[in-house]
Amino acid sequence: MADNKVIKINIKRQENPESSPYWEEFEVGYRENMNVISALMEIQRNPVNSKGDKTTPVTWDMNCLEEVCGACSMVINGTARQSCTALIDQFEQPIKLEPMSTFPIVKDLQVDRSFMFDNLKRVQAWVPIDGTHDLGPGPRMPEKKRQTAYELSKCMSCGVCLEVCPNVNDKSSFMGAAAISQVRLFNLHPTGSMNKDERLDALMGVGGIAECGMAQNCVEACPQGIPLTTSIAAMQRETTFHMFKSFFGSDHQVD
Amino acid sequence: MSKQDSSFLIRRIHSLLGVIPLGVFLVQHLVVNHFATRGEEEFNTAAGFMANLPFVIFLEIFVIYLPILFHGIYGIYIAFTANYKYGYPSTFRNISFLLQRVSGVLAFIFIAIHVYQTRVQVFLGHDLDFDLVADIVANPLWLVFYIVGILATVYHFANGLWSFMITWGITQSDRAQKYMGYASLLVFIVVSVIGIQAILAFI
Repeated sequence: MADNKVIKINIKRQENPESSPYWEEFEVGYRENMNVISALMEIQRNPVNSKGDKTTPVTWDMNCLEEVCGACSMVINGTARQSCTALIDQFEQPIKLEPMSTFPIVKDLQVDRSFMFDNLKRVQAWVPIDGTHDLGPGPRMPEKKRQTAYELSKCMSCGVCLEVCPNVNDKSSFMGAAAISQVRLFNLHPTGSMNKDERLDALMGVGGIAECGMAQNCVEACPQGIPLTTSIAAMQRETTFHMFKSFFGSDHQVD
Repeated sequence: MSKQDSSFLIRRIHSLLGVIPLGVFLVQHLVVNHFATRGEEEFNTAAGFMANLPFVIFLEIFVIYLPILFHGIYGIYIAFTANYKYGYPSTFRNISFLLQRVSGVLAFIFIAIHVYQTRVQVFLGHDLDFDLVADIVANPLWLVFYIVGILATVYHFANGLWSFMITWGITQSDRAQKYMGYASLLVFIVVSVIGIQAILAFI
């Protein structure tokens, strides 16, 4: 490899949540097998833009560096994905890095994904096991169900499905595919299903499942290949049944 | 509906009304208009029969006007709370999402004008006959407008059937949704042909 080969990176930057964004170009020395994160680390080490001016280091989120945590999502050459698995060799240069536009920007490429986490809390995306005494082992889970649940459990709350969704925006409060798929996951769980009516009620609120527009971008964009549109359709079916069972003041809760 | 929000019910009603009664009415309306292909007399007899059904004003109000107003106005709200992602990712469904909203708004405008040109004129004393429509589409601009309006309405209905099946949880797997896609394409072609043949018969 030639030592003087450089990578051109164009970054959409923003000083703080209130200021306006601007583009800044950087040139980074090429090394073999570089990914976007290692290029960003180079910029952090030597924050000088392509004009040779000294600038502030670029901010971004990262954690696991193996596409499991979902923290380093950003829009790379127009596609929302994780920057840790974005290998420099696979991209056309200059590489354009933008923060995800659905979420409020904290600084540069760092966004605040609270909207998604708040919705996960709202739909109770967990299995409640805390009690005043030992509840003992839960019911066994059928193997077939486990296999379905395993696929859904791959969700790392990266936010890419919300980024590509036309109905997740400032004008609507739609929660997006991630939270809906998590309801399916925890309703599949034998212990989790004991609270499934609460999760379905949450899905049927403002910003809930009914606001899905079926553009089906989420399933195309999901880096983990989760069958999100099947999850949404499955929850559409569950909420439909739940609605009919709850009609006219029925005290229906859990089957 | 104790712990649930009304927004869910409203969306489900919006979805249901699109098919029953509006979708059913659309097909019935185009089929009756298709009598025009058999000649002026046949059309006048068929239209006269429909217009003189018992309690017709109540049928119109509860089966047509109120559902259309609800579906149309709430639909416009839905259309304008979306933020279309241009070609990102550029899939058939992403484009269908946009077309469903564009065709819905077009259909609403078309239907409003169409009702003014026909039903309102009849209410004001014009005879309900072949010439009422023939005079409108004698102008080629109106004819083009009608053809575009019919195609938009039929597309909105056919693609709406596909999303209706998901909304109510009937088609769940990718495979089921794919086959429903083929079925809705067939509906689009068949109903479009009926509608276009009908309007062309008025020239």
